[in-house]
Amino acid sequence: MATGTEPPDTESHTVSGGVRTGTRAAIDAPHLRTDRWWLAPAATAAGLLAFIVYSTWRAFADTDYYAAPYVSPFYSPCLAERCAPMRHGPNWELFGSWWGISPAIIILIFPLGFRLTCYYYRKAYYRGFWASPPACAVAEPHKKYTGETRFPLILQNIHRYFFYAAIVVAGILTYDTVLSFRNEKYEWGHMGLGTLVFLVNIVLIWAYTISCHSCRHIVGGKLRHFSKHPVRYRAWQFVGKLNARHMQLAWASLVSVALADFYVFLVASGAFDDPRFF
Amino acid sequence: MSGYTAHFKVWRGDVKGGDLEDFKVEVNDGEVVLDIIHRLQATQAPDLAVRWNCKAGKCGSCSAEINGRPRLMCMTRMSVFTQEETITVTPLRAFPVVRDLVTNVGFNYQKAREVPAFVPPAGLGPGEYRMMQEDVDRSQEFRKCIECFLCQDTCHVVRDHEENKPAFAGPRFLMRVAELDMHPLDAAEESGLDRKKTAQDEHGLGYCNITKCCTEVCPEGIKITDNALIPLKERAVDRKYDPLVWLGSKIRRRSSAE
Repeated sequence: MATGTEPPDTESHTVSGGVRTGTRAAIDAPHLRTDRWWLAPAATAAGLLAFIVYSTWRAFADTDYYAAPYVSPFYSPCLAERCAPMRHGPNWELFGSWWGISPAIIILIFPLGFRLTCYYYRKAYYRGFWASPPACAVAEPHKKYTGETRFPLILQNIHRYFFYAAIVVAGILTYDTVLSFRNEKYEWGHMGLGTLVFLVNIVLIWAYTISCHSCRHIVGGKLRHFSKHPVRYRAWQFVGKLNARHMQLAWASLVSVALADFYVFLVASGAFDDPRFF
Repeated sequence: MSGYTAHFKVWRGDVKGGDLEDFKVEVNDGEVVLDIIHRLQATQAPDLAVRWNCKAGKCGSCSAEINGRPRLMCMTRMSVFTQEETITVTPLRAFPVVRDLVTNVGFNYQKAREVPAFVPPAGLGPGEYRMMQEDVDRSQEFRKCIECFLCQDTCHVVRDHEENKPAFAGPRFLMRVAELDMHPLDAAEESGLDRKKTAQDEHGLGYCNITKCCTEVCPEGIKITDNALIPLKERAVDRKYDPLVWLGSKIRRRSSAE
């Protein structure tokens, strides 16, 4: 160019650093945002922290998780010998008598892994807990960043295996919901407030599970020619519509699963009588 | 609302240094931030450097940071701010500054060159390509990109870590890889180029921690994270981390992406 407007050779002055790197505009502030950018990550962190505290207490409590015909979703399926006997319920003593702590720990690994590696929750906790970044265009405090290229975060790539496990768990929770159409004497054709709680919970659990990005990929996203696979294309479109609400479903199902467990706790501990509709 | 006087802070300087400069400037109904910058040029700062072209959100030239948020100046209405608000305009902070609001975005052109182009299918000449609409819908969304580089600017992988620039292509160019990998006629695989694998190995897909800032700032409303980056991550998983998919492709002796 002969205009004299060539950009200066800025690359040679580059030093390692963030937005204050030598060749960038000299602005001391790590960000210039004037809105309440901190609100979303703070609310996310508070919500997740509340669930972690509650679920840790309930998972290790090892009590008040069954009140016929309801079983807490935290303890289903119950895979140890120490589990409370549940008539026709999800009792499978795969772990025998040697398992000495709460049986919830065995099964919670799977939904926990599913949510920990979920693409939405990753965004939520990277922002809320790890400040990487805390919000868009707000400088993060870390000196080094390798993302999901190394151990342990490279393990996020196994999300689809937790998705398969989550499908099985959701199937068992569906079975529990069917069992909730009994009364406390195990007679069929009854319904209580708990049945309604379980119904709402299982619909949200399925909606969240099916709306998963891995599911979207598996049902059709991996294809290059949708026109050759019309059924999978339809499935991909359906999952895509749900996927657009993945964040909302993630929160709704997190709250509903905690509420379902809390409801069982209240009934099992005798603090509340399950109102029966019929 | 009639005209009023707004308080602007505009970054002035170059690579040697600079600072935010205060201006009191007239604002009228219906104006956008770029109008105000032009008024500053016309009345108070004739040497203020700013890159712009179409004033319609289609050329991607007037990218800047307004109150700390990466935005197009021509698409940011003054009506979104209160009259009492101080409006701060700075150049993009992920790239080397040239002067005032102009930055050197050469990093992006370098990354664009590193993505292998569309590979034409064998046996089909120009004008003979036939594709079904549902097969090109996904790629067409990504073709809406106006290359304003706001997504590249806001991505913390390079914004906060200059040292990652050699290894990471950024959301715009990972989206380009996704666009080509989803293209129904791209013959890269037949020519020995595995775009799914190179997305991870050569363009730094693993650096992306899907915090969706690229999607938040995209003026074209492209769902970069949900429709390009995450599907590309899933495709990379098919190639690199999923033994079942690998085994299936060996047994059935065909690609998983038909």
